[in-house]
Amino acid sequence: MAKPEQCSNCTKPATIHLTQIVNNQIQKVDLCEDCPFKKGVTDPEGFSLAEFLLKPGTLMQAQADQLECPNCGFTPADFKKAGRFGCPVCYETFKGILKPMLSNMHKDTVHRGKVPDRALARVGIKRKLTELESRLREAVEEEKYEDAAGLRDEIEVLRSSLAESPGNSEDK
Amino acid sequence: MNILPLIEAKAELTDGGLPPEPIVLSTRIRLARNIAPHRFPGRADESERVEILDMAFGKIADGPLSGGAKIRIDALSPLERQVLVERHLISRELSEAGTGAGVIIDRSQHISIMVNEEDHLRLQAVRSGFNFKKAWAEIDALDTAIEGDVDYAFSSGLGYLTACPTNLGTGMRASAMLHLPGLVMQEHMEKVIRMVNQLGMAVRGLFGEGSEATGSIFQISNQQTLGESEDSIVKRLINVLHAIIEQEENARKVIREKKALKLLDKIGRAFGILRNAHLLSSEETMNLLSLMRLAVDLGLLPEEYRTHVDRLFIETQPGHIQLSVRGEVDPGERDQRRAKTMREEFSSLPGLSFGIKPDVTPKKKKS
Repeated sequence: MAKPEQCSNCTKPATIHLTQIVNNQIQKVDLCEDCPFKKGVTDPEGFSLAEFLLKPGTLMQAQADQLECPNCGFTPADFKKAGRFGCPVCYETFKGILKPMLSNMHKDTVHRGKVPDRALARVGIKRKLTELESRLREAVEEEKYEDAAGLRDEIEVLRSSLAESPGNSEDK
Repeated sequence: MNILPLIEAKAELTDGGLPPEPIVLSTRIRLARNIAPHRFPGRADESERVEILDMAFGKIADGPLSGGAKIRIDALSPLERQVLVERHLISRELSEAGTGAGVIIDRSQHISIMVNEEDHLRLQAVRSGFNFKKAWAEIDALDTAIEGDVDYAFSSGLGYLTACPTNLGTGMRASAMLHLPGLVMQEHMEKVIRMVNQLGMAVRGLFGEGSEATGSIFQISNQQTLGESEDSIVKRLINVLHAIIEQEENARKVIREKKALKLLDKIGRAFGILRNAHLLSSEETMNLLSLMRLAVDLGLLPEEYRTHVDRLFIETQPGHIQLSVRGEVDPGERDQRRAKTMREEFSSLPGLSFGIKPDVTPKKKKS
């Protein structure tokens, strides 16, 4: 038997071996279980071996490196150095970099714990807004202008109540 | 700033609220919270940190935690900072932080809030013994009260936003301090640590990250904070703790059955040293005290001395020794002071009662 292969992405032993034929060309890649690329690899629709072999990461990385948090000026380089973010808004700014990190770090990537009441109220208002907005679109399409006017007023009230509670980061 | 009144008052960890129990020394829950849209303390400039500290002192120390001591770290001497670290009221990181760093400590020392450590606020509740229910009820109520007046940085998808993504979500670190002399003596700790890590929990020494496990004391805490509710994190931790406690009990049983003579000899010698030594380092004392706690668990010393030993675990630390003589002294003199304290403390104790169950006589040969 051949000696155990190394992961194409790091030095760990490879346990995932992929062969893909694109444009009559055979491409092979060996990966370990832990590599962040695992996610992309296990998704046959969204993964192209050719891109992987061409180090698609470099392109994405370059784009990511140019990011800068609009609130605190933090950059991915700063994060690499400190291991910590600069401000709450960084979580929105760097969500692309963050996502794969979180799935390695935590049980899941969605919060299931305590919610501060007032934040809950804000989330509730936002949900209601989305619903009203879609009803407004329907009303306009169906030319029910009286209903639409009422909905518009309701939306205005909710929007202004949201604007009154400043300082909370975007939920996403 | 004088922290003496605070230190000399009765505290949860030194005068245990509950009858202390074998194995579990204390339970702790901390919540990391930040205030939107302010930059996290590591990124904020001095004026922003001071703004946060003033806000915390105003809205929290004069609000939900009224009557608590408001302490600015830069107003403390290095010795006072060290004492607060040894009491687990502040972290090493906070004790080294500059302007804007502070702490609010409630009168009973159950609760402390660090301001401008890694996060704007670190709320912490400590209870003696195995007591997550009480610790959570307390910290949850405080957190809810603070949120009524303070805009926490929160996202519905990611939960409470923290400086480090490892604390994201619940921002909660629940931990228990365990005394595991049996597992240490049997050299099983490495195996236990591996098992605990695999279950998503972390094992650390007495003073958290990067500290040594002197005195066979280990801190076990959850590692993951996102994707699960606080309740289920605590439940998972409790399950792991029960498993460790069972392992420790088994290890002790094996030692009592197979190495009784060695064990009694160890404890007896430790007692002798504590009663008679004239120079004791902090580390040696911790290890001797660990054997005294085990002696209580085994019935060699009366139950009521468990609290006594737990108090000495804290008071034998370098900062506390120096505070007791009201000033900084060099390590040599500290060791002398420490030995003197131990001689006094242990001379007033009854002797060890060795009439315990384990069969210490050599086994008779079968006829």
